[in-house]
Amino acid sequence: MIKQAFTAERLFFVWIAMAFLLSWSGSADAANISRIRVAVASNFIAPLKEIAKAFEDATGTRVLVSVGSTGKLYAQIKNGAPFDVFLAANAREPKRLAAEGLGVARTRFTYARGRLALWCRTAHSSQQARACLNGQSARLAIANPRLAPYGQAARHALTALQPSARVVMGENISQAFQLVWSGNVPLGFVALSQLKKRMDIAGAYWMVPARLHNPIDQQAILLSRAAGNDDAQAFLTYLRGDQARGVIEGYGYDVPVSQQMARVQ
Amino acid sequence: MNVDMSPFALSVQLAAMTLSVLLVIGLPLAWWLSMTKSPYKPVIEAINALPLVLPPTVLGFYLLVFLGPQGWAGRMWVSVFGHPLTFTFTGLVVASCIYSLPFVVQPLQGAFERLDRRTVEASLTLGAGWPRTFVRVILPQVRHGLLTACVLGFAHTIGEFGVVLMVGGNIPGETQVLSIAIYEHVEALDYAAAGSLSLMLVVLSFLGLLPLYTNSRKRRRLLREVAP
Repeated sequence: MIKQAFTAERLFFVWIAMAFLLSWSGSADAANISRIRVAVASNFIAPLKEIAKAFEDATGTRVLVSVGSTGKLYAQIKNGAPFDVFLAANAREPKRLAAEGLGVARTRFTYARGRLALWCRTAHSSQQARACLNGQSARLAIANPRLAPYGQAARHALTALQPSARVVMGENISQAFQLVWSGNVPLGFVALSQLKKRMDIAGAYWMVPARLHNPIDQQAILLSRAAGNDDAQAFLTYLRGDQARGVIEGYGYDVPVSQQMARVQ
Repeated sequence: MNVDMSPFALSVQLAAMTLSVLLVIGLPLAWWLSMTKSPYKPVIEAINALPLVLPPTVLGFYLLVFLGPQGWAGRMWVSVFGHPLTFTFTGLVVASCIYSLPFVVQPLQGAFERLDRRTVEASLTLGAGWPRTFVRVILPQVRHGLLTACVLGFAHTIGEFGVVLMVGGNIPGETQVLSIAIYEHVEALDYAAAGSLSLMLVVLSFLGLLPLYTNSRKRRRLLREVAP
């Protein structure tokens, strides 16, 4: 009996040893280079990674990106998370952080304005996608309006459009996208940025006119712990620059005019 | 394959560290629980089982507040070590220990309860000290329970998500473990990267869980042979 137990134990320890070997081969990382930590709302991760890459190439400063929902990241910042820059999916949390002294108020600005899209898997054109909304017994995916800015915008658009489709809620805009992408729900309100630069989008989408919902202003703020951090400041300046702007617009966001004014100053 | 391996490394290191700490805490605790006649035993057992009940993100949120610079445990930590506990690897180890505690203590407690106490008493009366009795008499009898505790404690930490997401803050190279890296890829709609990392996690976990069940199958067969 003890002999058998030995084989099982040996297997387990061989496994741990193997995992350790693998883990050390993978954990090489250079120290002593300047780095900043950016917390970003999940909908903006793809453009941010592109911008961060270009910023790293231009300045040599490494950008460590942490993704989460705006609400979770806010809770973490309040409890001492070591982030330098916060890119939220809305304006409310950055405003709160500024009011609470955790963010540097004068650095707050709208880096992107989100656009809502109605994505229908069975449509072949933008008009057809719009018509999907009144299809019989269709289900419609949206993000939770209580938790997600895009969900709130979708709620506004729904009030304006009065569709016959029944609503299915995802926790956030990524989940709303997943519901449609996986074919579980035929149509949904997603972020336009999610549909851009993807090859695997079935059907077509209709860009929801911006007047049908409150603007989805995504704001950035420098966090107080990084108030004297030149690299973090430089990153925010880069985020306002033309190169970053090109990337952001390429993903289907609007970049507000007020930001251009700020850049001129 | 262009996938960052550091989350994988962090997961393995976190699970190994957590398991080591939990064995140090869990062995005496399980021993005490299996032997004591204290009226507080059910209370301690219930507290030990609590991490099973709370949803991980909820547990994570309270740990974040409790271990954070404003919480009393976090304040104590800062006054001793000078830096906060949350959003560090050490913080992850502390949180994981709380989260995985029942998975280590319960199999051990069960094994100690099934222990034939007469053998322990015999060993002690024949003049062997506690350390020798533990290694030569107790350990061979609780092998299976110990192995189960190790595998479950390790695997549960590898698979943990909600707690480490809240307490760790998803910082690449520091607190971004495998499960969080997968979640991040899914959130970023990068399903290919999420898929390859998940495949790694599944294969690794399968290999880790295999000894546990190889073991119990053999044990069952042995039991059948002994008492048909």
